[in-house]
Amino acid sequence: MIGEGILKGLAETARNFFGSYVNKDRLTTVQFPEERLPQIEATRDFPFLVYDGTDWQQGLRCVSCQICEKECPPKCIYIEKSKDKKPDATGKPQSYPTTFNIDISVCMSCQICVEVCPFDAIKMDVAFELSTDDRFGGLLLNREQLAKSNEYYNKIHPTEAAAVDAAFAEERAKAEAKARQAAEAKAAAAAQTLTPGAGETTRVQ
Amino acid sequence: MPEIIDQIFVLSKHWLLGYVPAGLQPVFSALLSVVPVLIAFPLLFAITTVLERKGLGRMQNRYGPNRTGPFGILQPMADGIKSLTKEDIIPRTADHLVHLLAPLLLVTASFLVYAVLPIGRNMVIANLNAGVLFFFAVGSMVELAVFMAGWSSRSKYSLLGAMRAIAQMISYEMPLVLASVVVIMAAGSLSTVAIVNMQASYTGIWPHWYVFTPWGLTGFVIFLIAATAESNRCPFDLPEGESEIIAGYYIEYSGFKFALFFLGEYLGMFATSAMAITLFLGGWAAPFSFLTWIPSYVWFFTKLLTLILVFIWIRGTLPRLRMDQLMNFAWKFMLPLSLINIFGAGVWHYMPAGLLRWLVVTLLVVVSCISLSRGLRRGKWFHVRTYRFAA
Repeated sequence: MIGEGILKGLAETARNFFGSYVNKDRLTTVQFPEERLPQIEATRDFPFLVYDGTDWQQGLRCVSCQICEKECPPKCIYIEKSKDKKPDATGKPQSYPTTFNIDISVCMSCQICVEVCPFDAIKMDVAFELSTDDRFGGLLLNREQLAKSNEYYNKIHPTEAAAVDAAFAEERAKAEAKARQAAEAKAAAAAQTLTPGAGETTRVQ
Repeated sequence: MPEIIDQIFVLSKHWLLGYVPAGLQPVFSALLSVVPVLIAFPLLFAITTVLERKGLGRMQNRYGPNRTGPFGILQPMADGIKSLTKEDIIPRTADHLVHLLAPLLLVTASFLVYAVLPIGRNMVIANLNAGVLFFFAVGSMVELAVFMAGWSSRSKYSLLGAMRAIAQMISYEMPLVLASVVVIMAAGSLSTVAIVNMQASYTGIWPHWYVFTPWGLTGFVIFLIAATAESNRCPFDLPEGESEIIAGYYIEYSGFKFALFFLGEYLGMFATSAMAITLFLGGWAAPFSFLTWIPSYVWFFTKLLTLILVFIWIRGTLPRLRMDQLMNFAWKFMLPLSLINIFGAGVWHYMPAGLLRWLVVTLLVVVSCISLSRGLRRGKWFHVRTYRFAA
Protein backbone atom coordinates (compact mmCIF):
# COMPACT_ATOMS: atom_id res chain seq x y z
CA MET A 1 0.00 0.00 0.00
CA ILE A 2 1.19 3.54 -0.69
CA GLY A 3 2.50 5.28 2.40
CA GLU A 4 2.46 2.14 4.54
CA GLY A 5 6.08 2.65 5.54
CA ILE A 6 5.39 6.24 6.52
CA LEU A 7 2.46 5.18 8.70
CA LYS A 8 4.57 2.49 10.34
CA GLY A 9 7.27 5.06 11.06
CA LEU A 10 4.75 7.50 12.50
CA ALA A 11 3.39 4.74 14.76
CA GLU A 12 6.90 3.92 15.94
CA THR A 13 7.74 7.52 16.86
CA ALA A 14 4.36 7.90 18.57
CA ARG A 15 5.10 4.77 20.59
CA ASN A 16 8.47 6.22 21.55
CA PHE A 17 6.89 9.53 22.50
CA PHE A 18 4.29 8.08 24.85
CA GLY A 19 6.47 5.19 25.98
CA SER A 20 9.19 7.53 27.20
CA TYR A 21 6.70 9.06 29.63
CA VAL A 22 5.52 5.69 30.92
CA ASN A 23 8.61 3.52 30.85
CA LYS A 24 11.75 5.03 32.38
CA ASP A 25 13.92 2.25 30.93
CA ARG A 26 13.46 3.75 27.48
CA LEU A 27 15.35 6.88 28.44
CA THR A 28 19.05 6.21 28.17
CA THR A 29 20.11 9.73 29.13
CA VAL A 30 22.12 10.09 32.33
CA GLN A 31 21.23 13.41 33.98
CA PHE A 32 24.87 14.30 34.45
CA PRO A 33 25.54 16.58 37.41
CA GLU A 34 22.96 14.78 39.54
CA GLU A 35 23.73 11.24 38.48
CA ARG A 36 27.02 9.89 37.23
CA LEU A 37 28.09 6.69 35.59
CA PRO A 38 31.04 4.92 37.24
CA GLN A 39 34.22 5.51 35.27
CA ILE A 40 35.90 2.50 33.73
CA GLU A 41 39.36 1.72 35.05
CA ALA A 42 41.17 2.68 31.87
CA THR A 43 39.67 6.19 31.93
CA ARG A 44 42.26 8.85 31.24
CA ASP A 45 42.43 12.50 30.41
CA PHE A 46 45.42 14.53 31.57
CA PRO A 47 48.73 13.49 33.18
CA PHE A 48 49.64 14.02 36.84
CA LEU A 49 52.80 13.45 38.89
CA VAL A 50 52.84 10.66 41.49
CA TYR A 51 54.50 11.16 44.89
CA ASP A 52 55.15 8.65 47.66
CA GLY A 53 54.57 9.35 51.31
CA THR A 54 52.92 12.47 52.64
CA ASP A 55 55.18 15.31 51.53
CA TRP A 56 54.73 15.94 47.83
CA GLN A 57 58.04 17.76 47.50
CA GLN A 58 60.04 15.01 49.14
CA GLY A 59 58.18 12.09 47.63
CA LEU A 60 57.96 13.22 44.03
CA ARG A 61 59.05 10.31 41.84
CA CYS A 62 60.06 12.52 38.96
CA VAL A 63 63.82 12.82 38.49
CA SER A 64 63.47 15.41 35.72
CA CYS A 65 65.09 13.26 33.07
CA GLN A 66 63.01 15.31 30.61
CA ILE A 67 62.16 12.37 28.37
CA CYS A 68 58.46 13.20 28.53
CA GLU A 69 59.18 16.80 27.64
CA LYS A 70 61.06 15.69 24.54
CA GLU A 71 58.51 13.05 23.54
CA CYS A 72 55.38 15.13 24.07
CA PRO A 73 53.87 15.58 20.56
CA PRO A 74 52.12 18.91 21.18
CA LYS A 75 54.94 20.10 23.47
CA CYS A 76 52.78 20.91 26.43
CA ILE A 77 55.32 19.92 29.14
CA TYR A 78 57.95 22.30 30.49
CA ILE A 79 60.57 21.08 32.99
CA GLU A 80 63.45 22.81 34.79
CA LYS A 81 66.02 20.52 36.35
CA SER A 82 67.35 21.10 39.85
CA LYS A 83 71.05 21.67 40.59
CA ASP A 84 71.05 19.59 43.80
CA LYS A 85 69.90 16.03 44.34
CA LYS A 86 67.46 14.21 46.56
CA PRO A 87 66.79 10.49 47.05
CA ASP A 88 64.22 9.13 44.61
CA ALA A 89 61.63 6.39 45.12
CA THR A 90 64.25 3.66 45.36
CA GLY A 91 66.57 5.73 47.53
CA LYS A 92 69.06 6.69 44.87
CA PRO A 93 70.10 10.38 44.85
CA GLN A 94 68.61 12.01 41.77
CA SER A 95 67.77 15.47 40.46
CA TYR A 96 64.21 16.67 40.85
CA PRO A 97 62.14 19.15 38.82
CA THR A 98 62.17 22.70 40.17
CA THR A 99 59.51 23.56 37.60
CA PHE A 100 57.11 21.10 36.01
CA ASN A 101 54.30 22.66 34.00
CA ILE A 102 51.69 21.00 31.82
CA ASP A 103 49.42 23.14 29.68
CA ILE A 104 46.27 21.02 29.60
CA SER A 105 44.72 23.30 27.00
CA VAL A 106 47.44 21.97 24.66
CA CYS A 107 47.66 18.41 25.97
CA MET A 108 46.00 15.87 23.69
CA SER A 109 45.81 13.04 26.26
CA CYS A 110 47.92 10.71 24.13
CA GLN A 111 49.59 9.10 27.16
CA ILE A 112 53.01 9.04 25.45
CA CYS A 113 54.61 10.78 28.44
CA VAL A 114 53.32 7.98 30.67
CA GLU A 115 54.64 5.29 28.38
CA VAL A 116 58.14 6.74 28.08
CA CYS A 117 58.62 7.53 31.77
CA PRO A 118 61.23 5.09 33.18
CA PHE A 119 60.42 6.09 36.77
CA ASP A 120 56.63 5.59 36.80
CA ALA A 121 56.46 9.21 37.89
CA ILE A 122 53.84 10.51 35.49
CA LYS A 123 50.43 8.86 35.14
CA MET A 124 47.06 9.67 33.62
CA ASP A 125 44.42 11.32 35.77
CA VAL A 126 40.64 10.84 35.61
CA ALA A 127 39.48 14.29 36.80
CA PHE A 128 37.61 15.88 33.91
CA GLU A 129 35.68 18.81 35.35
CA LEU A 130 38.49 21.26 34.78
CA SER A 131 36.67 24.21 33.29
CA THR A 132 37.94 27.59 34.42
CA ASP A 133 37.22 31.22 33.68
CA ASP A 134 40.92 31.89 33.05
CA ARG A 135 41.81 30.04 29.91
CA PHE A 136 45.55 30.80 30.06
CA GLY A 137 46.54 30.65 33.72
CA GLY A 138 43.74 28.35 34.79
CA LEU A 139 44.70 25.61 32.39
CA LEU A 140 48.46 25.77 32.98
CA LEU A 141 49.05 23.34 35.83
CA ASN A 142 52.26 23.64 37.88
CA ARG A 143 54.21 21.12 39.94
CA GLU A 144 52.08 21.51 43.02
CA GLN A 145 48.78 21.15 41.15
CA LEU A 146 50.08 18.14 39.27
CA ALA A 147 51.45 16.28 42.30
CA LYS A 148 49.04 13.63 43.56
CA SER A 149 49.69 10.92 46.10
CA ASN A 150 50.31 7.26 45.36
CA GLU A 151 47.15 6.48 47.35
CA TYR A 152 45.15 8.55 44.88
CA TYR A 153 46.79 6.69 42.02
CA ASN A 154 45.90 3.39 43.69
CA LYS A 155 42.34 4.56 43.97
CA ILE A 156 41.82 5.61 40.36
CA HIS A 157 43.80 2.85 38.61
CA PRO A 158 44.06 -0.02 41.16
CA THR A 159 45.46 -2.76 38.91
CA GLU A 160 48.04 -0.57 37.24
CA ALA A 161 49.13 1.03 40.50
CA ALA A 162 49.47 -2.35 42.23
CA ALA A 163 51.81 -3.52 39.45
CA VAL A 164 53.87 -0.35 39.77
CA ASP A 165 54.03 -0.70 43.56
CA ALA A 166 55.12 -4.34 43.26
CA ALA A 167 57.87 -3.38 40.81
CA PHE A 168 59.03 -0.65 43.18
CA ALA A 169 59.00 -3.04 46.14
CA GLU A 170 61.12 -5.51 44.19
CA GLU A 171 63.52 -2.78 43.14
CA ARG A 172 63.81 -1.53 46.69
CA ALA A 173 64.37 -5.08 47.98
CA LYS A 174 67.04 -5.60 45.34
CA ALA A 175 68.69 -2.32 46.24
CA GLU A 176 68.57 -3.24 49.90
CA ALA A 177 70.02 -6.69 49.22
CA LYS A 178 72.76 -5.12 47.16
CA ALA A 179 73.46 -2.63 49.89
CA ARG A 180 73.54 -5.44 52.43
CA GLN A 181 75.87 -7.46 50.21
CA ALA A 182 78.05 -4.44 49.69
CA ALA A 183 78.10 -3.84 53.42
CA GLU A 184 78.98 -7.46 54.08
CA ALA A 185 81.75 -7.42 51.53
CA LYS A 186 83.01 -4.22 53.03
CA ALA A 187 82.90 -5.77 56.50
CA ALA A 188 84.68 -8.85 55.22
CA ALA A 189 87.32 -6.73 53.53
CA ALA A 190 87.74 -4.78 56.73
CA ALA A 191 88.08 -8.03 58.68
CA GLN A 192 90.66 -9.24 56.16
CA THR A 193 92.80 -6.17 56.51
CA LEU A 194 92.64 -6.65 60.26
CA THR A 195 93.66 -10.37 60.15
CA PRO A 196 95.91 -10.98 57.17
CA GLY A 197 96.35 -14.72 57.95
CA ALA A 198 92.68 -15.40 57.58
CA GLY A 199 92.75 -13.57 54.29
CA GLU A 200 95.56 -15.72 53.06
CA THR A 201 93.78 -18.92 53.94
CA THR A 202 90.77 -17.88 51.98
CA ARG A 203 92.91 -17.04 48.99
CA VAL A 204 94.54 -20.48 49.08
CA GLN A 205 91.20 -22.15 49.23
CA MET B 1 -22.42 35.96 26.51
CA PRO B 2 -20.43 33.56 24.28
CA GLU B 3 -20.81 36.11 21.49
CA ILE B 4 -19.18 38.78 23.63
CA ILE B 5 -16.27 36.53 24.57
CA ASP B 6 -15.94 35.52 20.93
CA GLN B 7 -15.83 39.16 19.83
CA ILE B 8 -13.94 40.53 22.84
CA PHE B 9 -10.89 41.57 20.84
CA VAL B 10 -12.97 43.19 18.12
CA LEU B 11 -15.13 45.02 20.67
CA SER B 12 -12.14 46.22 22.71
CA LYS B 13 -10.50 47.51 19.55
CA HIS B 14 -13.61 49.53 18.73
CA TRP B 15 -13.81 50.76 22.31
CA LEU B 16 -10.17 51.91 22.19
CA LEU B 17 -10.69 53.55 18.82
CA GLY B 18 -13.46 55.64 20.35
CA TYR B 19 -10.83 57.59 22.31
CA VAL B 20 -8.77 58.41 19.23
CA PRO B 21 -9.47 61.57 17.17
CA ALA B 22 -11.17 60.81 13.86
CA GLY B 23 -8.19 61.87 11.76
CA LEU B 24 -5.88 59.35 13.40
CA GLN B 25 -8.36 56.51 13.43
CA PRO B 26 -7.15 54.65 10.30
CA VAL B 27 -3.58 54.61 11.62
CA PHE B 28 -4.61 53.44 15.07
CA SER B 29 -6.99 50.87 13.65
CA ALA B 30 -4.14 49.38 11.63
CA LEU B 31 -1.80 49.46 14.63
CA LEU B 32 -4.35 47.79 16.90
CA SER B 33 -4.79 45.02 14.35
CA VAL B 34 -1.14 44.51 13.48
CA VAL B 35 0.56 44.72 16.87
CA PRO B 36 -1.29 41.76 18.47
CA VAL B 37 -0.32 39.59 15.49
CA LEU B 38 3.29 40.78 15.79
CA ILE B 39 3.24 39.70 19.43
CA ALA B 40 1.17 36.52 19.25
CA PHE B 41 3.02 34.71 16.48
CA PRO B 42 6.59 35.25 17.69
CA LEU B 43 5.32 34.06 21.07
CA LEU B 44 3.91 30.99 19.37
CA PHE B 45 7.33 30.60 17.73
CA ALA B 46 9.00 30.60 21.14
CA ILE B 47 6.56 28.01 22.46
CA THR B 48 6.93 25.90 19.33
CA THR B 49 10.73 25.77 19.53
CA VAL B 50 10.68 24.34 23.03
CA LEU B 51 7.76 22.01 22.25
CA GLU B 52 9.52 20.80 19.16
CA ARG B 53 12.79 20.11 20.94
CA LYS B 54 11.07 18.31 23.77
CA GLY B 55 8.79 16.38 21.42
CA LEU B 56 11.62 15.34 19.14
CA GLY B 57 13.61 14.31 22.18
CA ARG B 58 10.83 12.11 23.44
CA MET B 59 10.42 10.55 20.01
CA GLN B 60 14.08 9.60 20.18
CA ASN B 61 13.78 8.44 23.79
CA ARG B 62 15.60 11.47 25.16
CA TYR B 63 14.50 14.13 27.65
CA GLY B 64 15.00 17.21 25.48
CA PRO B 65 15.79 20.56 27.11
CA ASN B 66 14.95 20.36 30.83
CA ARG B 67 17.43 22.69 32.52
CA THR B 68 16.18 26.26 32.03
CA GLY B 69 13.20 26.85 34.27
CA PRO B 70 10.70 24.17 35.28
CA PHE B 71 10.74 21.37 32.66
CA GLY B 72 12.89 23.57 30.41
CA ILE B 73 10.06 25.92 29.45
CA LEU B 74 12.32 28.97 29.69
CA GLN B 75 14.65 27.56 27.03
CA PRO B 76 13.51 30.04 24.33
CA MET B 77 14.51 32.91 26.66
CA ALA B 78 17.98 31.44 27.03
CA ASP B 79 18.19 30.92 23.27
CA GLY B 80 17.10 34.49 22.65
CA ILE B 81 19.62 35.97 25.07
CA LYS B 82 22.34 33.80 23.60
CA SER B 83 21.61 34.82 20.02
CA LEU B 84 21.45 38.49 21.02
CA THR B 85 24.81 38.42 22.77
CA LYS B 86 26.63 36.44 20.10
CA GLU B 87 29.04 38.10 17.71
CA ASP B 88 27.53 39.07 14.39
CA ILE B 89 30.05 37.80 11.86
CA ILE B 90 29.91 39.05 8.29
CA PRO B 91 32.30 37.39 5.80
CA ARG B 92 34.84 39.88 4.43
CA THR B 93 33.96 39.14 0.80
CA ALA B 94 30.21 39.13 1.42
CA ASP B 95 27.89 41.65 -0.17
CA HIS B 96 27.24 43.52 3.05
CA LEU B 97 23.99 45.24 2.12
CA VAL B 98 22.31 42.16 0.68
CA HIS B 99 23.67 40.06 3.51
CA LEU B 100 21.94 42.40 5.95
CA LEU B 101 18.72 42.70 3.96
CA ALA B 102 18.11 38.97 3.41
CA PRO B 103 16.97 38.04 6.93
CA LEU B 104 14.95 41.25 7.20
CA LEU B 105 13.17 40.54 3.94
CA LEU B 106 12.49 36.97 4.99
CA VAL B 107 10.88 38.03 8.25
CA THR B 108 8.98 40.87 6.60
CA ALA B 109 7.59 38.57 3.93
CA SER B 110 6.68 35.98 6.54
CA PHE B 111 4.83 38.58 8.58
CA LEU B 112 3.07 40.18 5.61
CA VAL B 113 1.09 37.06 4.77
CA TYR B 114 -0.59 37.17 8.17
CA ALA B 115 -2.54 40.17 6.90
CA VAL B 116 -5.07 37.96 5.14
CA LEU B 117 -5.35 35.10 7.63
CA PRO B 118 -8.61 35.15 9.58
CA ILE B 119 -7.64 34.35 13.16
CA GLY B 120 -11.20 34.46 14.42
CA ARG B 121 -14.66 35.66 13.51
CA ASN B 122 -14.25 39.23 12.19
CA MET B 123 -10.61 39.02 13.17
CA VAL B 124 -8.54 39.63 10.07
CA ILE B 125 -6.13 42.48 9.44
CA ALA B 126 -7.15 43.04 5.82
CA ASN B 127 -10.11 41.37 4.15
CA LEU B 128 -8.73 41.49 0.61
CA ASN B 129 -10.98 40.13 -2.09
CA ALA B 130 -7.89 38.45 -3.57
CA GLY B 131 -6.57 37.25 -0.22
CA VAL B 132 -5.40 33.82 -1.33
CA LEU B 133 -3.60 35.36 -4.28
CA PHE B 134 -1.94 37.90 -1.98
CA PHE B 135 -0.85 35.10 0.33
CA PHE B 136 0.92 33.15 -2.39
CA ALA B 137 2.35 36.24 -4.08
CA VAL B 138 3.91 37.59 -0.90
CA GLY B 139 4.85 34.11 0.25
CA SER B 140 7.04 33.70 -2.82
CA MET B 141 9.14 36.64 -1.62
CA VAL B 142 10.67 34.17 0.81
CA GLU B 143 12.46 32.55 -2.11
CA LEU B 144 14.02 35.87 -3.00
CA ALA B 145 15.23 36.34 0.56
CA VAL B 146 16.67 32.85 0.64
CA PHE B 147 18.57 33.37 -2.57
CA MET B 148 19.79 36.78 -1.40
CA ALA B 149 21.19 35.11 1.69
CA GLY B 150 22.86 32.34 -0.26
CA TRP B 151 24.30 34.60 -2.91
CA SER B 152 25.53 37.42 -0.72
CA SER B 153 27.39 35.13 1.69
CA ARG B 154 30.02 34.19 -0.90
CA SER B 155 30.22 30.65 0.29
CA LYS B 156 29.91 27.47 -1.74
CA TYR B 157 27.69 25.85 0.84
CA SER B 158 25.47 28.90 1.02
CA LEU B 159 25.07 29.02 -2.72
CA LEU B 160 24.41 25.29 -2.97
CA GLY B 161 21.81 25.56 -0.24
CA ALA B 162 20.19 28.54 -1.92
CA MET B 163 20.09 26.79 -5.30
CA ARG B 164 18.50 23.76 -3.71
CA ALA B 165 16.05 25.97 -1.87
CA ILE B 166 15.04 27.79 -5.04
CA ALA B 167 14.62 24.57 -7.01
CA GLN B 168 12.58 23.03 -4.23
CA MET B 169 10.43 26.04 -3.41
CA ILE B 170 9.52 26.78 -7.01
CA SER B 171 8.75 23.11 -7.66
CA TYR B 172 6.50 22.83 -4.65
CA GLU B 173 4.86 26.22 -5.06
CA MET B 174 2.92 24.77 -7.96
CA PRO B 175 1.22 21.86 -6.17
CA LEU B 176 0.65 24.22 -3.24
CA VAL B 177 -1.27 26.72 -5.35
CA LEU B 178 -3.02 24.07 -7.44
CA ALA B 179 -4.16 22.27 -4.31
CA SER B 180 -5.79 25.46 -3.07
CA VAL B 181 -7.45 26.08 -6.44
CA VAL B 182 -10.06 23.40 -5.67
CA VAL B 183 -11.18 25.37 -2.64
CA ILE B 184 -11.30 28.60 -4.62
CA MET B 185 -13.44 26.77 -7.20
CA ALA B 186 -15.81 25.47 -4.56
CA ALA B 187 -16.07 28.71 -2.61
CA GLY B 188 -16.19 30.90 -5.70
CA SER B 189 -14.05 33.48 -3.97
CA LEU B 190 -10.42 34.40 -3.43
CA SER B 191 -11.18 36.09 -0.15
CA THR B 192 -10.03 34.07 2.86
CA VAL B 193 -12.85 35.47 4.96
CA ALA B 194 -15.46 34.33 2.43
CA ILE B 195 -13.86 30.88 2.22
CA VAL B 196 -14.06 30.43 5.99
CA ASN B 197 -17.63 31.73 6.10
CA MET B 198 -18.59 29.14 3.47
CA GLN B 199 -17.28 26.39 5.77
CA ALA B 200 -18.77 27.74 9.00
CA SER B 201 -22.21 26.19 8.58
CA TYR B 202 -23.44 22.78 9.72
CA THR B 203 -25.58 19.87 8.55
CA GLY B 204 -26.87 18.33 11.75
CA ILE B 205 -23.75 18.47 13.92
CA TRP B 206 -21.29 18.06 11.03
CA PRO B 207 -19.45 21.08 9.60
CA HIS B 208 -19.06 21.88 5.91
CA TRP B 209 -15.29 21.75 5.89
CA TYR B 210 -13.76 21.15 2.51
CA VAL B 211 -11.52 18.45 3.93
CA PHE B 212 -14.61 16.22 4.26
CA THR B 213 -14.91 15.81 0.51
CA PRO B 214 -12.72 13.48 -1.57
CA TRP B 215 -11.13 16.34 -3.52
CA GLY B 216 -10.79 18.38 -0.33
CA LEU B 217 -8.96 15.59 1.46
CA THR B 218 -6.63 15.06 -1.49
CA GLY B 219 -6.08 18.79 -1.74
CA PHE B 220 -5.37 19.00 1.97
CA VAL B 221 -2.79 16.21 1.87
CA ILE B 222 -1.09 17.71 -1.18
CA PHE B 223 -1.18 21.14 0.46
CA LEU B 224 0.35 19.78 3.66
CA ILE B 225 3.17 17.97 1.83
CA ALA B 226 3.87 21.03 -0.31
CA ALA B 227 3.75 23.26 2.77
CA THR B 228 6.35 21.05 4.43
CA ALA B 229 8.57 21.48 1.38
CA GLU B 230 7.85 25.22 1.21
CA SER B 231 8.91 25.79 4.79
CA ASN B 232 12.07 23.66 4.30
CA ARG B 233 11.14 21.23 6.99
CA CYS B 234 12.06 17.60 7.36
CA PRO B 235 11.82 15.42 5.22
CA PHE B 236 12.30 18.22 2.68
CA ASP B 237 15.09 20.05 4.50
CA LEU B 238 17.65 19.63 1.73
CA PRO B 239 18.40 23.37 1.53
CA GLU B 240 19.59 23.20 5.13
CA GLY B 241 20.87 19.64 5.15
CA GLU B 242 22.94 19.85 8.36
CA SER B 243 24.79 16.66 7.55
CA GLU B 244 25.81 17.59 4.03
CA ILE B 245 25.89 21.36 3.49
CA ILE B 246 25.94 22.29 7.18
CA ALA B 247 23.18 24.89 7.25
CA GLY B 248 22.68 25.71 3.59
CA TYR B 249 21.90 29.30 2.75
CA TYR B 250 22.28 30.64 6.28
CA ILE B 251 25.63 29.05 7.08
CA GLU B 252 27.36 32.45 7.11
CA TYR B 253 24.86 34.00 9.47
CA SER B 254 25.40 34.21 13.18
CA GLY B 255 23.93 35.90 16.20
CA PHE B 256 20.58 37.55 15.81
CA LYS B 257 20.49 37.35 12.02
CA PHE B 258 20.54 33.59 12.36
CA ALA B 259 17.73 33.84 14.86
CA LEU B 260 15.80 35.97 12.36
CA PHE B 261 16.15 33.22 9.76
CA PHE B 262 14.92 30.75 12.29
CA LEU B 263 12.00 33.00 13.15
CA GLY B 264 11.18 33.58 9.49
CA GLU B 265 11.17 29.89 8.79
CA TYR B 266 8.81 29.11 11.64
CA LEU B 267 6.56 32.05 10.80
CA GLY B 268 6.36 30.69 7.27
CA MET B 269 5.41 27.31 8.63
CA PHE B 270 2.70 28.83 10.84
CA ALA B 271 1.40 30.88 7.93
CA THR B 272 1.10 27.94 5.55
CA SER B 273 -0.45 25.85 8.33
CA ALA B 274 -2.92 28.68 8.98
CA MET B 275 -3.66 28.81 5.27
CA ALA B 276 -4.28 25.05 5.23
CA ILE B 277 -6.67 25.55 8.14
CA THR B 278 -8.40 28.43 6.38
CA LEU B 279 -8.79 26.55 3.12
CA PHE B 280 -9.59 23.03 4.25
CA LEU B 281 -10.20 22.86 8.00
CA GLY B 282 -12.81 25.55 8.31
CA GLY B 283 -10.58 28.31 9.70
CA TRP B 284 -11.93 29.47 13.03
CA ALA B 285 -15.11 27.38 12.77
CA ALA B 286 -15.86 24.81 15.45
CA PRO B 287 -15.71 21.14 14.39
CA PHE B 288 -19.21 20.40 15.72
CA SER B 289 -22.27 22.61 15.85
CA PHE B 290 -22.66 22.07 19.62
CA LEU B 291 -19.14 23.42 20.24
CA THR B 292 -19.73 26.83 18.69
CA TRP B 293 -19.88 28.44 22.16
CA ILE B 294 -16.07 28.11 22.39
CA PRO B 295 -14.52 31.34 20.98
CA SER B 296 -13.46 31.23 17.35
CA TYR B 297 -9.83 32.25 17.99
CA VAL B 298 -9.45 29.33 20.41
CA TRP B 299 -10.46 26.97 17.64
CA PHE B 300 -8.06 28.60 15.22
CA PHE B 301 -5.09 28.29 17.54
CA THR B 302 -6.06 24.74 18.55
CA LYS B 303 -6.08 23.72 14.92
CA LEU B 304 -2.82 25.56 14.32
CA LEU B 305 -1.10 23.83 17.22
CA THR B 306 -2.43 20.47 16.04
CA LEU B 307 -0.95 21.03 12.60
CA ILE B 308 2.35 22.15 14.14
CA LEU B 309 2.41 18.96 16.20
CA VAL B 310 1.83 16.98 13.00
CA PHE B 311 4.79 18.77 11.43
CA ILE B 312 6.95 17.97 14.46
CA TRP B 313 5.80 14.37 14.40
CA ILE B 314 6.71 14.06 10.73
CA ARG B 315 10.07 15.67 11.39
CA GLY B 316 10.77 13.14 14.10
CA THR B 317 9.87 10.25 11.82
CA LEU B 318 11.03 10.68 8.26
CA PRO B 319 14.57 10.80 6.91
CA ARG B 320 15.66 13.43 4.40
CA LEU B 321 14.90 12.88 0.73
CA ARG B 322 17.48 12.89 -2.02
CA MET B 323 17.42 15.77 -4.51
CA ASP B 324 16.22 13.60 -7.44
CA GLN B 325 13.55 11.97 -5.29
CA LEU B 326 12.38 15.41 -4.24
CA MET B 327 12.11 16.65 -7.80
CA ASN B 328 10.51 13.47 -9.12
CA PHE B 329 7.98 13.58 -6.34
CA ALA B 330 7.06 17.20 -7.09
CA TRP B 331 6.83 16.97 -10.87
CA LYS B 332 5.76 13.38 -11.48
CA PHE B 333 3.38 12.86 -8.59
CA MET B 334 2.22 16.01 -6.84
CA LEU B 335 1.68 18.18 -9.91
CA PRO B 336 -0.35 15.62 -11.95
CA LEU B 337 -2.32 14.59 -8.89
CA SER B 338 -3.25 18.15 -8.05
CA LEU B 339 -4.34 18.74 -11.66
CA ILE B 340 -6.49 15.58 -11.57
CA ASN B 341 -7.83 16.79 -8.25
CA ILE B 342 -8.97 20.04 -9.85
CA PHE B 343 -10.74 17.96 -12.49
CA GLY B 344 -12.31 15.90 -9.71
CA ALA B 345 -13.58 19.04 -8.01
CA GLY B 346 -15.15 20.08 -11.30
CA VAL B 347 -16.86 16.69 -11.66
CA TRP B 348 -18.10 17.01 -8.08
CA HIS B 349 -19.54 20.43 -8.82
CA TYR B 350 -21.50 19.35 -11.91
CA MET B 351 -22.78 16.01 -10.60
CA PRO B 352 -25.99 15.91 -8.56
CA ALA B 353 -25.45 15.66 -4.80
CA GLY B 354 -25.52 12.10 -3.56
CA LEU B 355 -23.54 8.97 -3.06
CA LEU B 356 -22.66 8.61 -6.75
CA ARG B 357 -20.46 11.70 -6.94
CA TRP B 358 -18.66 10.59 -3.80
CA LEU B 359 -17.90 7.27 -5.44
CA VAL B 360 -16.85 8.76 -8.78
CA VAL B 361 -14.51 11.41 -7.38
CA THR B 362 -13.00 9.07 -4.77
CA LEU B 363 -12.35 6.47 -7.44
CA LEU B 364 -10.81 9.08 -9.71
CA VAL B 365 -8.44 10.30 -7.02
CA VAL B 366 -7.50 6.87 -5.66
CA VAL B 367 -6.89 5.32 -9.07
CA SER B 368 -4.78 8.24 -10.26
CA CYS B 369 -2.85 8.27 -6.96
CA ILE B 370 -2.02 4.56 -7.29
CA SER B 371 -1.09 4.75 -10.95
CA LEU B 372 1.06 7.84 -10.42
CA SER B 373 2.93 6.20 -7.56
CA ARG B 374 3.44 3.13 -9.80
CA GLY B 375 4.85 5.48 -12.40
CA LEU B 376 7.24 6.95 -9.81
CA ARG B 377 8.49 3.50 -8.96
CA ARG B 378 8.92 2.39 -12.56
CA GLY B 379 12.47 1.64 -13.59
CA LYS B 380 13.64 1.53 -10.01
CA TRP B 381 13.47 -2.22 -9.51
CA PHE B 382 16.64 -3.80 -8.33
CA HIS B 383 17.82 -6.31 -10.85
CA VAL B 384 21.00 -7.94 -12.00
CA ARG B 385 22.75 -5.56 -14.29
CA THR B 386 23.63 -6.98 -17.68
CA TYR B 387 26.36 -5.44 -19.75
CA ARG B 388 26.41 -5.46 -23.51
CA PHE B 389 29.78 -5.03 -25.08
CA ALA B 390 30.38 -3.75 -28.56
CA ALA B 391 31.09 -6.63 -30.84
